[in-house]
Amino acid sequence: MTFSISINGTKHDVDVADDTPLLWVLRDVLGMTGTKYGCGIAQCGACTVHVDGNPLRSCLLPVGTIGSRAVTTIEGIGATEAGAKVQKAWLDREVIQCGYCQSGQIMSAAALLAANPHPDDADIDAAMAGNICRCGTYVRIREAIKSAAGEA
Amino acid sequence: MSSKHAIFSRRSVLQSGLAGGLVLAFPWPLRAAPVNEPEQPPDHPDGQFAPNAFIRIDNSGKTTLVMPQAEMGQGVYTAIAMILAEELDADFAQVMIEHGPPSDKLYGNPLFGVQVTGNSNSIRAFWDKLRNAGAAARTMLIAAAAAQWQVDAASCTAANGKVTHASSNRSLTYGEVADAAAKLPVPEKPKLKDPRDFTLIGKPLKRSDTPNKSDGKTIYGIDAMVPDMKFATLVQCPVLGGKVKHADDSAAKNLPGVRQVVVLDDLVAVVGDHMWAAWQGLNALKVTWDEGQNAKINSADIWNELRAASQKDGVVAKSEGDVNKGLAQGESFDAAYELPFLAHATMEPMNCTVRLSPDGCEIWTGSQVQSRAQQYAAKAAGLPIDKVKVYNHYIGGGFGRRLEADMVASAVRIAKEVSAPIKVVWTREEDMQHDVYRPAYRDTISASLSNGKIVGWKYKVTGSSVLARWFPVAFKNGLDGDAVDSAVDMPYDIPNKRVEYVRAETPAVTTGFWRGVGPNNNVFAIESFMDELARKANMDPVAFRLGMLDGTPRLKAALKLVAEKSGWGSPLPPRVGRGVSVQPSFGSFIATVVEAEVDDMGEVHLRRVTCAVDTGIAVNPDTIMAQLQGGLIFGLTAALWGEVTIEKGRVQQSNFNNYRMLRIDETPPIDVHVIKSGEHPGGIGETGATAGPPALRNAIYAATGVPLRRLPIDRSAIASKKA
Ligand code: FES
Ligand code: FES
Repeated sequence: MTFSISINGTKHDVDVADDTPLLWVLRDVLGMTGTKYGCGIAQCGACTVHVDGNPLRSCLLPVGTIGSRAVTTIEGIGATEAGAKVQKAWLDREVIQCGYCQSGQIMSAAALLAANPHPDDADIDAAMAGNICRCGTYVRIREAIKSAAGEA
Repeated sequence: MSSKHAIFSRRSVLQSGLAGGLVLAFPWPLRAAPVNEPEQPPDHPDGQFAPNAFIRIDNSGKTTLVMPQAEMGQGVYTAIAMILAEELDADFAQVMIEHGPPSDKLYGNPLFGVQVTGNSNSIRAFWDKLRNAGAAARTMLIAAAAAQWQVDAASCTAANGKVTHASSNRSLTYGEVADAAAKLPVPEKPKLKDPRDFTLIGKPLKRSDTPNKSDGKTIYGIDAMVPDMKFATLVQCPVLGGKVKHADDSAAKNLPGVRQVVVLDDLVAVVGDHMWAAWQGLNALKVTWDEGQNAKINSADIWNELRAASQKDGVVAKSEGDVNKGLAQGESFDAAYELPFLAHATMEPMNCTVRLSPDGCEIWTGSQVQSRAQQYAAKAAGLPIDKVKVYNHYIGGGFGRRLEADMVASAVRIAKEVSAPIKVVWTREEDMQHDVYRPAYRDTISASLSNGKIVGWKYKVTGSSVLARWFPVAFKNGLDGDAVDSAVDMPYDIPNKRVEYVRAETPAVTTGFWRGVGPNNNVFAIESFMDELARKANMDPVAFRLGMLDGTPRLKAALKLVAEKSGWGSPLPPRVGRGVSVQPSFGSFIATVVEAEVDDMGEVHLRRVTCAVDTGIAVNPDTIMAQLQGGLIFGLTAALWGEVTIEKGRVQQSNFNNYRMLRIDETPPIDVHVIKSGEHPGGIGETGATAGPPALRNAIYAATGVPLRRLPIDRSAIASKKA
């Protein structure tokens, strides 16, 4: 089936089965490899993208369900105010180690800040607990979110 | 570098070329640290000043630093570039980084003799070599400029990629003297900088790899794209070591996007237009397996064997004084500690992309052992070594898993059956269920106490030998040096001691290096028992240790500092405890305090972690803090939940739902204090993983009085109410 999806403001036509998760459409069909595969079962958050601004796990998101909703990925999140702030804070605080989880971390954090410009620790926990970092960058992720929110 | 903290900005945009791993970079000179997606080694780096394997400068002044070690998040590319650029006096903002190609000869780790990124020794091992490489190049560039000006080289200086003759107010860029420098002999013992003159080393510089990792541009092995490639995924026998008997692929082949099914003796792979198609094909396969001899093996059998083996006498790894006499003095105590099998669970699952042609093989992957990857590919492809190219990539987590090259061999074997280039990606489930696992260990200890001090110490490690499989030449006289690391060199002043090793290969399970390697096991057992002995001696755990650390003053200083910074000794609520652990591991001296609460149900809540480290000269102090923060979380994760179990020859854990990771809401504040030191740099990447578990175990001991002797933590043993 052919689907037309809007990703980072650009329309893309893809010809895949409608149950194909968006993750593999992005990575393997469109070559947008910034979005990562980590678990495939919504446990790790590495594949997080925004659909109409909401953070969703693209590994379990059938492409056929997206319709006309706008998809934003790590490649495009810097164009949003919250995304740019988060990316800058991530670099200022030097959060990143291997980096493999960080596309998902940044997407989750950007969604948090867009919805809640001044999150407290509990808000951060709730928004970020779905994102695993095997390198253990959580301490700095928390600091960076606070600094992006202008609290540190 | 003008300022202490380099400013972030983007220096180059990256386009990953599809052919031959070619990468084109467009410099955008705004950044004060080298930020570029590393290039792949060129086929013919002609017309260059290349005095050694690490540095190339062309006529335009473009300075390329070749990375002998793999970057897997530990910040080593930045640290290596800092060391090279420091001695070279390069313009650090302008240097380009290149992934090192496979070569034991050029890039062999000086401590191993082969190309390996592991054992936390990139900086320790390469420190002298890199400084010499940079200084030799600088000396030659200065000599070339001095010759052109006909002045004494000693009257010239170098900085920021330029040679200057101050008295005549002349300068030449490195690019301008590169050709002339290339004709000069390479000095064997160039003059190194006085560490007081370092302008890069010791500064918390921003990493070169992180900007591209923040916006999805970084290319990991799993992101490699090759024209006309197909995507493959695979299934192996659920029973470890089993083989394919028959594969019915009739349903799989008819699925949309499935192109081919490849049946090999030990795996079945499905090739498709994308990973999802291949995966759907995998699910539709009907494979019958020859489960082989392991189909009856359970964890309980493995532990019984290990416990029986631990009764035997071991090979003596260390003996000082008279251990029997020592144990006969004072009061003696025994304990045994056990650690389980663990999976690596790197965030980036195993993968390898292969392009075969009649006379060549190209590999795109992320490896900690580039030359071994090349050898495995050559063997699998049936090609001579020099026909195999390995394009190494940034690694989405190594932790020892990518010290293996099995994934390269499997991918090449599959690729041989397919006419297109293929990217093979392991599902998380395959990755976790066909890992090489951290060995299960049993450690038995006897010790005697007299006047608050240990006078006799007998320690025996029982477990499989990773070294004997992975690096047989280093396995000598039945002794695995890694398995007794941090036990033979335990820090305490004990007059009579003996360390023994019993090699006991566990059935079914192939074991491998895992972040923290041998010290992980030994520091846990030693530091756990130290707390039990302190209690027997009626002493505070910190005071007890301090009394026996005169021979290791750097560790003693770290312990004093961590006690002060953690508030050691200050009152705590009920069922909250502080636990300490110390370790001289990987050439670094680390003391750690974990504060944790045990609730009535036995659940453990981390409250705070404090760590003090003397790692010698800290090349990049910010990276050292980050590695300890992350390493501690890695170790604490294992202590809280990590265990791979075997049932009928099958690994029971399969994904992050049943192989738990610590998450942000469970992570406490972690303070790391780096002690200033002028000593040779120590290792750091694995130290946190080793430090966390015993400190947590001792915190639980302090909170509950229960001396846990096994990991992961047994909640039922420490609950005050029964569920
Ligand atoms: S890959 Fe989607 S949540 Fe892990
Ligand atoms: S930075 Fe490596 S997994 Fe998060």
